[in-house]
Amino acid sequence: MTREEIIEKGQLVYKKPTLLNDTPMHYCPGCSHGVVHKLVSEVIEEMGMTDKTIAISPVGCAVFAYKYIDVDWQEAAHGRAPALASATKRLWPDRLVFTYQGDGDLACIGTAETIHALNRAENITIIFINNAIYGMTGGQMAPTTLLGMKTATCPYGREVKLHGYPLKVTEIAATLDGTCYVTRQAVHTVAAINRAKKAIRKAFEYSMQGKGSNLVEIVSTCNSGWKMSPEKANKWMEENMFEFYHLGDLKDTGADK
Amino acid sequence: MADQEITLMKGNEAIAHAAIRCGCDGYFGYPITPQSEVLETLAEQKPWETTGMVVLQAESEVSSINMVYGGACTGKKVMTSSSSPGVSLMQEGISYMAGAELPALIVNVMRGGPGLGTIQPSQSDYFQACKGGGHGDYHLIVLAPASVQEMADFVDLAFTLAFRYRNPAMILADGAIGQMMEKVVLPPFKPRRTEEEIIKECPWATTGRIGGRKPNIITSLELRSEEMEVINLRIQAKYREIEAKEVRYEEFMLDDAEYAIVAFGSAARIAKKSIEIARSQGIKVGLLRPITLWPFPTKEVKSLASRVKGILSLEINAGQMVEDIRLAVEGAVPVLHFGRLGGIIPDPDEVVEVLKSSF
Repeated sequence: MTREEIIEKGQLVYKKPTLLNDTPMHYCPGCSHGVVHKLVSEVIEEMGMTDKTIAISPVGCAVFAYKYIDVDWQEAAHGRAPALASATKRLWPDRLVFTYQGDGDLACIGTAETIHALNRAENITIIFINNAIYGMTGGQMAPTTLLGMKTATCPYGREVKLHGYPLKVTEIAATLDGTCYVTRQAVHTVAAINRAKKAIRKAFEYSMQGKGSNLVEIVSTCNSGWKMSPEKANKWMEENMFEFYHLGDLKDTGADK
Repeated sequence: MADQEITLMKGNEAIAHAAIRCGCDGYFGYPITPQSEVLETLAEQKPWETTGMVVLQAESEVSSINMVYGGACTGKKVMTSSSSPGVSLMQEGISYMAGAELPALIVNVMRGGPGLGTIQPSQSDYFQACKGGGHGDYHLIVLAPASVQEMADFVDLAFTLAFRYRNPAMILADGAIGQMMEKVVLPPFKPRRTEEEIIKECPWATTGRIGGRKPNIITSLELRSEEMEVINLRIQAKYREIEAKEVRYEEFMLDDAEYAIVAFGSAARIAKKSIEIARSQGIKVGLLRPITLWPFPTKEVKSLASRVKGILSLEINAGQMVEDIRLAVEGAVPVLHFGRLGGIIPDPDEVVEVLKSSF
């Protein structure tokens, strides 16, 4: 059966989103970024926003996100993506504007930009990949690194006395009056992927309806940084990350606005 | 005509009014003395209700410059203003914009430093403005206004140059020019460009893939060295073109001058008074005022050196522009510096005494 025949007979059950191009990704095998890129691409396409999307990439593993998803991209300085997004959305109010940031970028160097953009109720969405480690620079401690977790800059495990506590930025975001939808998702199973996609869609729609700022955290694996096989990383994430970073919606005021 | 009315206002207020009138799309700023009147005037004028211009107070100068970066990516006419410590915080974003080749306007109403320094006027950010400031090989186009009128006029000029060369431009003023009130004729109203015009004029901008065009990507990142060198060389070639075409300066009483003062901004106004006093005492001295600090009027200063016996660089700093004058003069005549520090403005009489004792 040829590709055309499958499509013609309505038997097509899965296809790569058109917006996701064929550039080979630099992400490590097992990394969550690829799945999230796919979900973002699907949602933009399904919303019919391909020609009206402006995305902001971070500094971190997703720095090259602009190579893989065929929309307009601005490459921000480390942590500053929400500032770029704020101005872009205010200057082009009918565009879909989102940032795509990791934990070091968003929860550490860009904390001020993140919290203030969210609390100004900028009509944007922040996609936040939290894998509890600096992946791009080679596995250093992140603001979200769990207590006891070993990284290149806390080789004996993160401890409160030396490094303080991991930061729950998403919980902070949920307390801000400017946020409309704040949720924490994962992409380690098919069911989780489906839920994450719905969350991204809801966030993008709220931002286009002018309901305020939206934060979608995706608790993710970094099997290279964690030094685990993809399968083991998923299991470790379920057993350790989800215990500290609870999955689910933290806030949804979209229906009230 | 209402547009031609003479009004009395501060330099900082003139910046704000000129921005609204020249079709600026967005201003992003943070309060700092002595430039806060720019943001205050914009907030009071509410241009979002008239021209549609966005005005936003950011959480920091780091954020405001990155808002400018984001806005500039989309081809909009965007700007910020600050004073020295705030402009130091902006250097990261300015470097990114220079690297990504984006047009934007940054206004620095300088105060004395280093550190928190003083809120009084100074010209001690010359190096920062003209020699890069942030990391990497880059230049800003730097305009130095010497009056409230030039504060108003240089906003449109800075945007014109920034878009002509896809390069950030800076108005390098100081606390005196920002705070003083003077007569000014504001520029005529120019409508903001429509979204269609921006998409047409800035085919590189991240406006969304309207019409199904290929994605536009704004970045300063290129990990392949051989590619990055090509980008750097292209940017350097652009700087050479700007140096060849965009030098601006004013000459004052240089025709019969035996000595010359080179000074910009507030210092140039003091120099003119000093020249008046000196000439009444029989000292033939004139002024060359660089209007563009980068590109610097190197050729003009070199030619000046063949006509005069000595040059005094009058700056409200410890001696920064004097280095560029000496590079231009190449030792042909003595080049001296005089300046006051800490927010003190040189007195015209003391400049005359310096001229007398130096040459």
